[in-house]
Amino acid sequence: MNGVEGFMYPNEIALQWSVLIVLYPFITGLVAGAFILASLERVFQVDAVKPTYRLALLTALAFLLDAPLPLVLHLGHPFRSPEMYFTPHSTSAMAMFGYVYLWYLMAVLVLEIWLDYRREIVRWSQQSKGILRLVYKVMTLGSCNISERSLAIDERVGWIITLIGIPSAFMLHGYVGFIFGSIKANPWWSSPLMPVVFIFSAMVSGIAAVMLLYMGLTKLRGYKIDIRCVDTIAMYLFYIFIIDFSLEMLDLIHRIYEADESFRSLNFLVHTQLYIPHILIQICLGTLTPLILLFLTQVVKLPEIVRKRMYAIAGSLALVGIFAMRWNVVIGGQLFSKSFLGFTTYKMTLVTREGLLAAIALTILPLIFLWILVKLLPPWTEKNEHEAIAAD
Amino acid sequence: MSVFKDAGHLFRFAGLFVLAFLLFLVIRGFVVPKTFGQYGHYRGAAIGEVGAHPIKFAGHQTCEICHTDVLDVKKSGKHAHVNCEACHGALASHADDPASVTPVKPDTAVLCARCHTASAAKPKGFPQVVPADHSNGLPCQTCHNPHSPAMAAGGAK
Repeated sequence: MNGVEGFMYPNEIALQWSVLIVLYPFITGLVAGAFILASLERVFQVDAVKPTYRLALLTALAFLLDAPLPLVLHLGHPFRSPEMYFTPHSTSAMAMFGYVYLWYLMAVLVLEIWLDYRREIVRWSQQSKGILRLVYKVMTLGSCNISERSLAIDERVGWIITLIGIPSAFMLHGYVGFIFGSIKANPWWSSPLMPVVFIFSAMVSGIAAVMLLYMGLTKLRGYKIDIRCVDTIAMYLFYIFIIDFSLEMLDLIHRIYEADESFRSLNFLVHTQLYIPHILIQICLGTLTPLILLFLTQVVKLPEIVRKRMYAIAGSLALVGIFAMRWNVVIGGQLFSKSFLGFTTYKMTLVTREGLLAAIALTILPLIFLWILVKLLPPWTEKNEHEAIAAD
Repeated sequence: MSVFKDAGHLFRFAGLFVLAFLLFLVIRGFVVPKTFGQYGHYRGAAIGEVGAHPIKFAGHQTCEICHTDVLDVKKSGKHAHVNCEACHGALASHADDPASVTPVKPDTAVLCARCHTASAAKPKGFPQVVPADHSNGLPCQTCHNPHSPAMAAGGAK
C-alpha cells in the first residue's frame, strides 16, 4: 500500500490528527508561556520585565482567542461545539476543555486586562470620538470611578487574579499534555512526564514569542529596546529551557534504558521518518542551538547589539524547536502501528480544511487579533515611552 | 460603605458573569433535550425511538425452520457457528414474505475474501489466502461449499 511499510491495522493507515492538532498545543503553549512571563512582573516582582507585562497579557489573549479554532476546524460541525458546555462529561479530560478554556479566558485574562487598563479605558472613553468612544464606554461597564482607592482595589484584585492565573495557565497547558500522556495504548505518548514537559515547553515558547514581539514592535515603533528587560527575559528563557530540555532528555533516556516492547519500533522511527523533525530540527536546531546562544549571552560579556541579535535568533529557533516538538508528539505518535510491525506516512495536504494553508491562516490570525488589541489597548505606558526616549 | 462604592465596577463585572450564567441556563433549558440524562449520558427517549425501528434481522433460528437441508450441511462444518445473516445479509423481510422477497445469492469471490484474505494480524490457525494467487478470481464455491468449506473429493457438493 502506498506510504505504508510492514503491517498497519486498517484504522492506523491514515492519520486521524493532522497539522491542526499540532498547531493547537503550540498555540495554547504560547498563551500559557506569555501569561507566566506577565506573572513574573506582577507576582514575583521582577521589575525589569515590566515593559513586556501588558504586551504579554494581550499576546496571551490574542492567542487564546485563536486556540480553539484549529480544533473546531478539525472536528467540523462548529454548531455542535457548545454542547460540551450544555452537557459536560465530567470523566473526560477532553470534554472538560471547554470549561478550562472559559475559566482561563474570562476569569483570568479578560478580567486581569480589564483591571489593569481600567484607568486608561475610563480616560479614553472621555477623550476618544466616534465608534471608539462607544467601545471604550461599553468597556467601562458604566463605571468611571478611578479614584485612588478604587485603583488600589484593582491592583490588589489584579494581583490575586494573577496568582490564581499561574496554576490556571499550568492547568490549561498541563491538561493538553495530560491528554497525550494518558493514552496508554500509545507508547510514544503514554508518560506521566508529558504534562510537565508540555508546561515547560509552553513557558519556553511563550516567553520567546513575547520577547520577539517586544523587540520587533519596539523597533517598528522607532523606540529603543530596553536591554535590561530583554536580558532578564533571556535569562529566564535560558533557565526554563534547561529544565525543559532536561525533562525531555530524561524521558528519552528512560525510554532507551527501559527498552520495552515498543522500543525497536520507536527507535526505527526516530532514525528514519522522524530523524529530520526530531533529531535535527527539534533537538539540534531548536533546542541545542538556542541553548548555546543563550548560554554564551550569560557567560560572555558581549556588546548590546550582539546580545540583541543572539536573543532574536535564539527566540526564533526556540519557537521552531517547540513547534517541531508538538509535531513530533502529535504526528510522530501516529506513524507507527500499535502492533509494532509497521509504519505509515503523513502527507500534509495544501488547500483543504486541514491543510497547510489553513494552518498558516490560523497561525497568522492571532497576530491580527493582537494587532487589533494593541490598537484598542496600547500596551505602551507613558512611563515606558519616557524611559525609552531617555535611554535614546 | 465607601469600599462598596470604590469596588462598584467589580460588582458590575461580577454582575456580567451572573447575567451570562443565567443566559447560559436559559439557553441550556431550551437546547438540552428533556430526557437527556434519564438513564445515562445520552437522550433517554432515543431508546424508544431506536426500539421503534422495524426489525431487519430474522435470526438464524427463523432461517433454520425452512432451510433444514442447509442446516444439516452447515452443522458438521467449520461454519457451524457463523449465523446465516452474517453472509446473506438482514433477511427479516424474506422471513415475513418468502414468496415475494427472494434474496440475491452473495458473490463468494468477494464475500469469502472479507474474512479469509491473508493478514499478519490474524491467528496462524485461521484459514487465510491471497485470493489472486489462490483462485485467480474464480468464485470460492467452485471448489468449496460455503456452508461447509472443507474440501471434499471432487470439489463442491
